[in-house]
Amino acid sequence: MPAGFSSLDFFYILPELVLTGGAMLLLLLAVLVPRRDGLLLWTALAAVALTLVLVVRFFGLDVTASRGLLAIDGFAAFFKVVVLLSAALTLLMSAPYLKVEGIRVGEYYFLILCATLGMMFMASGVELITLFIGLETMAVSFYVLVGFLKPNPRSNEAAVKYFLLGGFSLGILLYGMSLVYGVTGTTSLAGIAAALRGQDTSLVLVLAVILIGAGMGFKIAAVPFHMWAPDVYEGAPTPVTAFLSVGSKAASFAMLLRIFVVGMPSLGDEWALFFMVLAVVTMTVGNIAALTQSNLKRLLAYSSIAHVGYLLIGVVVRTERGVAAMLVYLGVYLFMQLGAFAVVAAMRRSDIVGDELKDLNGLSKRSPMAAIAMLFFMLSLGGIPPTAGFMGKVWLFGAAIDAGFIWLAVIAVANSALSIYYYIRVVVFMWINQEEPVGSPIVIGPAMRVALGVALLGTVVLGLYPQFLFEQAETAARTLQGMTAAVAVR
Amino acid sequence: MSYADFPLLSLIMFTPLVGAVLLLFVSKPNTIRWVANGFAMLGFLVSLPLWFWLDTTGPDWQFVERHDWIPSIGAEYFLGVDGFSTLLILLATLIGAIAVLSSWTAITERVKEYYIFLLVLQTGMIGAFVALDFLLFFVFWEVMLVPMYFLIGIWGSANRLYSAIKFFLFTLVGSVIMLLGILAVYFYNYDITGVYTFDITRFHELNMPFEYQWWVFLAFFLGFAVKVPMFPFHTWLPDAHTDAPTAGSVILAAVLLKMGTYGFIRFSLPILPEATLVFVPWVVGLSIVGIIYGALVAMAQSDWKRLVAYSSVSHMGLVMMGIFALTPVGITGSILQQINHGISTGALFLIVGIVYERRHTREISEYGGLSKVMPAFAVVFAVMMLSSIGLPTLNGFIGEVLILQGIFVVNTWWAAAAASGIVLGAAYMLWLYQRTMFGTVDNPKNENLPDLNLREWATFTPLLILAVWIGLYPKPFLDRLETSVDHVMARVNSVYGPRNVLRDESQEAADPPELLTLDGDVPDVIEIPVRGGGR
Repeated sequence: MPAGFSSLDFFYILPELVLTGGAMLLLLLAVLVPRRDGLLLWTALAAVALTLVLVVRFFGLDVTASRGLLAIDGFAAFFKVVVLLSAALTLLMSAPYLKVEGIRVGEYYFLILCATLGMMFMASGVELITLFIGLETMAVSFYVLVGFLKPNPRSNEAAVKYFLLGGFSLGILLYGMSLVYGVTGTTSLAGIAAALRGQDTSLVLVLAVILIGAGMGFKIAAVPFHMWAPDVYEGAPTPVTAFLSVGSKAASFAMLLRIFVVGMPSLGDEWALFFMVLAVVTMTVGNIAALTQSNLKRLLAYSSIAHVGYLLIGVVVRTERGVAAMLVYLGVYLFMQLGAFAVVAAMRRSDIVGDELKDLNGLSKRSPMAAIAMLFFMLSLGGIPPTAGFMGKVWLFGAAIDAGFIWLAVIAVANSALSIYYYIRVVVFMWINQEEPVGSPIVIGPAMRVALGVALLGTVVLGLYPQFLFEQAETAARTLQGMTAAVAVR
Repeated sequence: MSYADFPLLSLIMFTPLVGAVLLLFVSKPNTIRWVANGFAMLGFLVSLPLWFWLDTTGPDWQFVERHDWIPSIGAEYFLGVDGFSTLLILLATLIGAIAVLSSWTAITERVKEYYIFLLVLQTGMIGAFVALDFLLFFVFWEVMLVPMYFLIGIWGSANRLYSAIKFFLFTLVGSVIMLLGILAVYFYNYDITGVYTFDITRFHELNMPFEYQWWVFLAFFLGFAVKVPMFPFHTWLPDAHTDAPTAGSVILAAVLLKMGTYGFIRFSLPILPEATLVFVPWVVGLSIVGIIYGALVAMAQSDWKRLVAYSSVSHMGLVMMGIFALTPVGITGSILQQINHGISTGALFLIVGIVYERRHTREISEYGGLSKVMPAFAVVFAVMMLSSIGLPTLNGFIGEVLILQGIFVVNTWWAAAAASGIVLGAAYMLWLYQRTMFGTVDNPKNENLPDLNLREWATFTPLLILAVWIGLYPKPFLDRLETSVDHVMARVNSVYGPRNVLRDESQEAADPPELLTLDGDVPDVIEIPVRGGGR
């Protein structure tokens, strides 16, 4: 064993190791028993579940492992739970969808697990190269997943677009990181923070902030780096879209927070300004663009862009409360966004794509369960109580007010009122329009039922009793270093 | 008190919701109707003890229930009522039961969903009136939007989708801005006291700097003024009222509008007394415009339901003026008038609903001479119209007189403007009555209209009884309001009452606008008519 390493390092990355093992096993099984869809699904789910159990067992740890490459802390654990839950839900909603599409499931599940693995490293990494490798692992998996509908030209186009723009953005990100390394001589975030402390803000550093911010902006689909998102979201297989918009975003936010809050606290004013502009533009453009969409997946794509805008408020505020609120929001977003995409996935039948708004016509009669679930997801995304989205928004906007960013909160609530318009449009199609559209009856199988049920339960329970989530988020946020104290403006 | 530990308020609040959940498992339309009516009626019955058990001389907040809800942000499941909210809750449960009963034959499609939405709406309304935790209040406040949206959007008339979304967006924009105000108060309270809480009773003791109050008042104002609705935020109301199904209009007019005025009295005045004072001329100005504009537009309507809707704008303007007179008698009158408006306008919408169900048109010109074919209906309409106009011996009179008295001592011109609205109100209402009820039956379609049936009588009877009761003997109602009004006045007086200066900071606000230079013994002068009217 190399110097500085101990068996303890392997112990700390046990969840990741288990997930890797599960992924390998899946790949094997995919060759040995390619037709046993059920077995493959159960294997993938078991791997995710086991990893989740281990992550939860590691709650309360706050250590740095692998020679300072990984932090096993509450913050990482919180994000790992979020990405693992979203992976599990994605797997559940994928099963029926893949059957309709006629896709071989083995490689697909393997890639989902790989992407999850990358996300877990993004949550844990406290060193630029580690973070980058995590991001790359996730991104490469997604490049393939997005193009998984081989006969479908839209899926192919999405994959090429995502690959080209993704590669480009990674280059920008890497360039920014190299500038930081050039100035500080280290890739460890704690080392960077120490080296930057007391240093004057130079042009190079500002450039680095902008480049890294832009690179991460691509990943979270913040305006003006969002151009790829609607096309990719629309073209990709629906469960992949779901995973892309939740798991990948959550992990990217974890990475973003680590790099900026932990790594560059002394440049706080610069990057906060950058993200403030980004937040305002992102939520406004996302919401306005969503207003006119007639395709449900595109609508949800723009809506998820708008949600990135809200989430960025937490980065701008960068107080403990702000970060906690952001974690709460991500925890909430997980259920409502995945739930909404699960409904879209359920709409896919052998004879119809089902992702147009008009395909939802009369859903309340054709599939009351899906319609009720979707109603709650839409209300939650719009921030109407008693759903989880409301609690998330109250807390996020509250953090902004607390830190003195009142006008930012005003823009955010104006946006969230605006967003109701298109969320309600979805509801109108489901509940008020009665004309029966074409397409065979909607059948919601057991796997999809579980996915929808869990998402709905999360959306409702966290809306009525969010205490548990709040506590976890606060604990997790506390372990992140480098946050500023609340600004007393009064 | 043995009933002190009994969660009466939760029971009142959740009875309709239990009914809604049960309805999920019922499928035969008539069974659904019976279950829905049963639970709406039960909801009213369980709320009755509030009337008898409320201690009119007792503490400010009664039937209190308090449990942790979200400890990490200090939000609580905190319920309690005073006389003011008691009356509104009773109004809500009664109107709810009537609205459910009135839908028996009017709703034939998607019956199950209809009643579920009505009952959920009922829970939301009661919840908003009983919540003493600001976050909890806000949750209920917004919960009401969704069922109401569906009621208008699914079962409404021609323009329903537009009206429904307009209603939703107007209210929502107002309320999200109000939410920012709530959060601002919350964080201010934390800075001062070091305790995270949404406890409204604590906020009532908070003295925020004037500058801060000013902004928060504006935020609250947007939320509440849209709901009242005050001119110029009223434009959603005629659309929503006109396109909603009868029960929806009844609930909207009778109860939902009261949320706004409830908000002003419960939150704006006591939490932000200094800012309130500064805003008085503005609010009163908008109210006067609303009173006169609403009345004039009502006069020009050819649609029966729209006429009643605009009359609401006018009447609610008067209610707002009563509040912002900031005198005990004005606020008392304003609260009583809220109940009166609920009774009379609720009944007027039922009346429109009845002819609409028979003829499927709301054009006034389609009717005429109905008193000959529907005599009983004509009598009920007459009583309710007169109550709405404010004829002595009926409820509207008492409320209007109290409000006018309350305004008069502050500013004669304001009182004159308010009175002009009442005159105009008499004009459009009597004219409506004349056009629809008197004359000859010149439209053959009206010749064989059936008169009120038993079920329709049942919907009107309680409202008729209340109209006469309040008109003749309002004392039990006024008694219940005394402590509530005192509570608000204590806060407002502490700012501008020269007798009662509790604080010395923020001198700019302690300097009241010209219009409000009252001398110290004004409240005593005002109390006399309240007692006189009562005994």
